[in-house]
Amino acid sequence: MASASSLLDVQGLTVEFETRRGVVRAVRNIDISLAKGETLGIVGESGSGKSVTSYAVMRILDRAGKIAAGSIRFAGIDLDKASESEMVDLRGREMSMIFQNPRAALNPIRRVGHQIEDVLRQHAQAGSGDARDKAVDALRQVKIARPEERYDAYPFELSGGMCQRIVIALALACRPKLLIADEPTTGLDVTTQKAVMELIVELTRERGMSTILITHDLGLAATYCDRIVVMEKGAIVETATSEQIFARPAHDYTRKLMRATPRPGIGLRDLLPDDATSTPIPPNAPGAPLLTVRGLVKEYERPGVGVLARVFGRRTDPAVLPFRAVDGLSFEVMRGESVGLVGESGCGKSTTSMMLMRLLDPTEGEIIFDGENIGAIPARSFAADKLRPRIQMVFQDPTDSLNPRYTAFRAIADPLLRFGAASGADDLRTRCEELARTVGLPVDLLDRFPHQLSGGQKARVGIARAIALKPDLVVLDEPTAALDVSVQALVLNLLADLKATLGMSYLFVSHDLHVVRLICDRVIVMKGGRIVEQGSAEDVLDRPQADYTRELIAALPHPPAAAA
Amino acid sequence: MLKVFLGRLMTTIPALIGVVAVSFLLTRVLPGDTAAYFAGPAATPQAVEEVRKSLGLDRPLPEQFSRYVADLSRGNLGNSLTTGQPVLEDLKSRLPASAELTLFGLVLSLLVAIPLGITAAVKQGSFIDHACRAVATAGVSLPVFFTGLLLVYVFYFILQISPAPLGRLDVFASAPPTVTGFYLVDSLIARDMQTFKATLAQLLLPGITLAIFSLAPIARITRASMLAVLSMEFIRTARASGLGKRTIIMTYAFRNAMLPVVTTLGMVFSFLLGANVLVEKVFAWPGVGSYAVEALIASDFAPVQGFVLAMAILYIVLNLIIDLSYRLIDPRMGATS
Repeated sequence: MASASSLLDVQGLTVEFETRRGVVRAVRNIDISLAKGETLGIVGESGSGKSVTSYAVMRILDRAGKIAAGSIRFAGIDLDKASESEMVDLRGREMSMIFQNPRAALNPIRRVGHQIEDVLRQHAQAGSGDARDKAVDALRQVKIARPEERYDAYPFELSGGMCQRIVIALALACRPKLLIADEPTTGLDVTTQKAVMELIVELTRERGMSTILITHDLGLAATYCDRIVVMEKGAIVETATSEQIFARPAHDYTRKLMRATPRPGIGLRDLLPDDATSTPIPPNAPGAPLLTVRGLVKEYERPGVGVLARVFGRRTDPAVLPFRAVDGLSFEVMRGESVGLVGESGCGKSTTSMMLMRLLDPTEGEIIFDGENIGAIPARSFAADKLRPRIQMVFQDPTDSLNPRYTAFRAIADPLLRFGAASGADDLRTRCEELARTVGLPVDLLDRFPHQLSGGQKARVGIARAIALKPDLVVLDEPTAALDVSVQALVLNLLADLKATLGMSYLFVSHDLHVVRLICDRVIVMKGGRIVEQGSAEDVLDRPQADYTRELIAALPHPPAAAA
Repeated sequence: MLKVFLGRLMTTIPALIGVVAVSFLLTRVLPGDTAAYFAGPAATPQAVEEVRKSLGLDRPLPEQFSRYVADLSRGNLGNSLTTGQPVLEDLKSRLPASAELTLFGLVLSLLVAIPLGITAAVKQGSFIDHACRAVATAGVSLPVFFTGLLLVYVFYFILQISPAPLGRLDVFASAPPTVTGFYLVDSLIARDMQTFKATLAQLLLPGITLAIFSLAPIARITRASMLAVLSMEFIRTARASGLGKRTIIMTYAFRNAMLPVVTTLGMVFSFLLGANVLVEKVFAWPGVGSYAVEALIASDFAPVQGFVLAMAILYIVLNLIIDLSYRLIDPRMGATS
């Protein structure tokens, strides 16, 4: 593998972590080589060791981790033997890294311009006289509008996409030879993802840099990388060019990963491995309207506008008018139907789901659930309302939405206890076990706490809790966003089966158009608190009418050959 | 900023009204009869009644209270029966002594505790980390009067390197001209190094006593807060961009770790005000703490009320400063409110 032109050459790398339960091998005997100017993707699910590999290359493993064996050669230097002070010189100047969750990756209380200056000065790329100019220049190169102003901004004043640009500016300020991007677009909107990825590609091409893109998204890697390394449980299972990986995946794991990746032209069952029982999903015949929303509006007062300004200010002045998070929404959800609510962050989809769950009072409009206007019931008294058990929610983060001190059993039993739906402890136990079986959670896991469960198991607990009271409507708020693709495939199939057997309706809030296509009958596209388009999933996603929908679809990564 | 400042100042008014009412009531329900105390042990009941009348203590409580409030609004805290001086004058002359001692103790404690906490966090599990824990536990478990006496015994009595623990200055030195009331500062202003040294020598033992007592909470919170910040993602970014260890620890980690430390500082200061009373007794320090205790024993109401009020105001001002310094440390504070 190692060639004369390779910039980075990793041989037999093994990384170990000391934990309370002994030594854990996070990365086992891997070889990676990266040529000058090449873009390499490292793809794998959580726990595959892909991030640990990059930390080992940068030598920023945390205290418990160490390189147990192998060599890392970078531009002729043995990184595994280099001293810390040599590494400090290399990091940021010769090799840089950008991270997931850009807002957290920046110092929250330091002006972004100063953070860039810190790096420039550290590597003697700027003195006190020209540091500011060079920092502003770095901001300009990542295409930040009004860089002189942004120089003085704090990360909390900037959007997620903007923060990621700052992190990129920070990483590229000293013109390194190698850039490692660790899930750089996870958590960003698709259009922002596209802009950020294109910026990375453009800057690295322009400077002839080598790039390692670490991601869980095979489609994203195939779109932007020359070669792809697939990792599973700390080992490399396959290395091939992007075209090869998509056209002829050689390893079983790669095939499984590819299958589980939602993409156009397939059905839900196609996500599962071949050997899985593939009973067809029962078709559903949407019935009468279950939920009707008419002219729903949610306004928030703008901060800093005084009472006097509100009363006497010109009603047309946009600075004084309240902010409309949701602006005149009207739609219906039929019985047995699953409706997707898509849009980018800030489009009002979460506010809408909060209002439907009656956690938030609407400013105007009606929410008619099964013939009753629940919008008129104040949010604080809805918890005790007789309709409350019939609307349930599954949350985005399966970990954060479970009480860490409740066992899985207690979490699932919670709604049953609250609404007195069980008679006695035995009945409660029986019903929880039944629910666990329904969602495919092994019954012996019921007495475990959330931290003893995997992501997929926690998601199942969340779903079991939501269906415990046999609701008519379940609001699913990005229920699979935090899951690995193979787990997501299972959970999506489970949701579809449950809907068919229990006759529920879903409102599926998501930003992932591929997932929405698979699970939803109808799709509503939102932007700026309004509906820009709604219709059947096929119509909206294959023949979009609105420009904005087209823009969203165009922003999805397009792998070279979308063969399954 | 001014708006925030005034807004915060307004919220302290109810607290002050409460302090005035409670300190008044507390002194009235305490056991002991002021009139009997001041009439002397040989006084006849008639004499005691006369004293009571002259002090206005025979009036109903609401009337006493309204007179007290009326006096307060004119800036009159009443007269001390033991010293015969207006309470305001007594407090004015004694408060700087207490404040100087408390602040000196706090600064000493910060100088040791913060570097200790940072080192313990950076070298987690090392010798320094264990030492930090041991020192902190020992410091908080020893009562201040015991530490004070121990220090006096060792440094004054046995080693004889410390001056006699008898107040702010030894008998041969004279106080510097008053500017701030803090002898350390005033002697520097007067360029009187001799007095400065003498003051420092007197301050050192009681200051260390207070510092040992307040070391524990500051060191522990610094360590915990640093550990939390050091595991955050932006520290990883800083490391990945090759910033030096010093920059990462001081500019990136410590500034972010400061908020909880500053919060604790407010609490520690109030502990110190309490501990001060005992330390002043041990070191014959002419501060407000010992003044208030003496007045309390003598059932002398006015100084006790004045003391409680002064402490309350001090505490409120301190918390105001802490609140405002949050905004200086963390730009997000101003944006969210």
